[in-house]
Amino acid sequence: MDDFWAGALWSLKIWLYLIIILIMIPSMFGFSLGISEIYMTILVKTLEVLTHVIFMSLIGLIQRENGSMEKELEELRRSRPKPPVGGDFTLSDCFYFTRQGIESIVDDEVTQRFTSEELMSWNLLTRTNNDFQYISLKLTLVYGLGIIVRYCILAPLRITLTIIGVSWLVIGTSAVGLLPNWRIKFWLSELVHVMCYRICARGLSATIRYHNRENKPQKGGICVANHTSPIDIVILCTDGCYAMVGQVHGGLMGIIQRAMVRSCPHVWFERSEMKDRHLVTKRLKDHVNDKKKLPILIFPEGTCINNTSVMMFKKGSFEIGTTIYPVAIKYDPKFGDAFWNSSKHSMVSYLLRMMTSWALVCNVWYMPAMHQQEGEDAVQFANRVKSAIAHQGGLVDLQWDGGLKRAKVKETFKEQQQKKYSNMVVRDDSSSNSD
Amino acid sequence: MFILFESLDRDNRGCLSPDDFEALGGLAMNPIGGRIMEAFFSSGQDTVDFSSFVRILAHFRPTDRNRNKEGAQQELPSSRTRKLKFAFQLYDMDRDGKISREELLQVLRAMLGLQVTEEQLQSIAERAIQEADLDKDDAISFDEFKKSLEKTDIDTKMSVSFLK
Repeated sequence: MDDFWAGALWSLKIWLYLIIILIMIPSMFGFSLGISEIYMTILVKTLEVLTHVIFMSLIGLIQRENGSMEKELEELRRSRPKPPVGGDFTLSDCFYFTRQGIESIVDDEVTQRFTSEELMSWNLLTRTNNDFQYISLKLTLVYGLGIIVRYCILAPLRITLTIIGVSWLVIGTSAVGLLPNWRIKFWLSELVHVMCYRICARGLSATIRYHNRENKPQKGGICVANHTSPIDIVILCTDGCYAMVGQVHGGLMGIIQRAMVRSCPHVWFERSEMKDRHLVTKRLKDHVNDKKKLPILIFPEGTCINNTSVMMFKKGSFEIGTTIYPVAIKYDPKFGDAFWNSSKHSMVSYLLRMMTSWALVCNVWYMPAMHQQEGEDAVQFANRVKSAIAHQGGLVDLQWDGGLKRAKVKETFKEQQQKKYSNMVVRDDSSSNSD
Repeated sequence: MFILFESLDRDNRGCLSPDDFEALGGLAMNPIGGRIMEAFFSSGQDTVDFSSFVRILAHFRPTDRNRNKEGAQQELPSSRTRKLKFAFQLYDMDRDGKISREELLQVLRAMLGLQVTEEQLQSIAERAIQEADLDKDDAISFDEFKKSLEKTDIDTKMSVSFLK
């Protein structure tokens, strides 16, 4: 019995030493030993071979008739002569709305954005392909092998790394916070932050490619990015130091937040303060105006989107009137789906899913700074930035509000449709009444 | 189609309830979204099972066109009638086989919302009934409905093409 425990302890020690030497230290100092590159190439090759073998099904799409409301109704009415009085309505007008309605049942453009992207090929994760069918024994064996590798080898490794990373973050930032306010303090705190995020990134097997690093956000500005999951923060922070904005949480998150605040200023709000928009804007403004403070990181969509599109940006952060640095983040879904569907999974189960995926590959594009132009209000500015981000990341630029994920559709959209239709119907009335 | 049904069925009960329909953003935006929803729930039931779901959506399949011997194109008469019946039911809320003035007013109100006044609504409804009501009983029966739309190309306008 003792031998068993001694043996277990010894192997645990070896395990830890290996991790530290092979993974932690290179990641802390920012160079790589090439192990992860080899891993990725093997993965890619395997997946390519597999897609040749597998039969895929694509969920049907509908070819939406591209006519606008006016054109459609014109065509419907072509068969009848135009009546002289009483407006322009026919019984066939309802066909247009009926068709729209049925189309939206079969292929809802809005709700689609909130479920995970359907992949064209299968990457042995099953979660990303809802149509898993039994294809062949060989395939099932490979899939089973994949499960073993992912859950027994990769996951413990990653969990260990994450625990080390997070605890080092808390300890390191508290330690730095004890120093008096010399210049070396800022340098050290940046170092500690970046190091810890790098460890966490390794903990998720994240491979990140940065583009256009000359456009990196500077102090005194606001960094704006599209939001797919909480991991976005880890990804952005491995390359630079930002000030975070958010609600004060309890528990583990609260400990992390308090520790981080000790070494460099972040903006944490109490739940009650969030309601008061002026207070929020004022605090952000103060932070931004202090040129020594780090750039603020904000996700204006307000919620997690599934990384195929960019939804409406909330205008709050664009009203502050400072330089905006847009950043586009696009995940490669072949290796693992990073989207957090908060109505479907809790945070812990989400993290577990992340840790048992093959890897996380993403591209980060830093874009040139934007300012609010003369005569442009906050909403237009927000839309401009949104289009730029969508264009850069290859995402679809949508007008919908991210709040639709939880709340029902606003009445205003319905009213818009009604207004358009009524213009067509009653336009003759006004002309015949004026005399 | 079953996959679609399953994805709409949020609580996985094997049937759809009004909440599932209401959660669709595109449908909620539609002025007669409520009417379309009602068409799915036949006579008093409050759930839609898979076979009813498919039956209703089948109304919107593009019709096959037959070629008769002279080479001219003909629609299958039954499918056109089926589509007309579906549209008729959208107007005829109490399913009594006639569209009364009140029913027409209700649909018009739904499609136009608060954008028009009561008088304008009345005059529009008045004229529509005058045009279509051939036997002057102040309501539009199904045959009158069919007649007034006989020149309209219903087939393409009421079809949704499913691509696979």
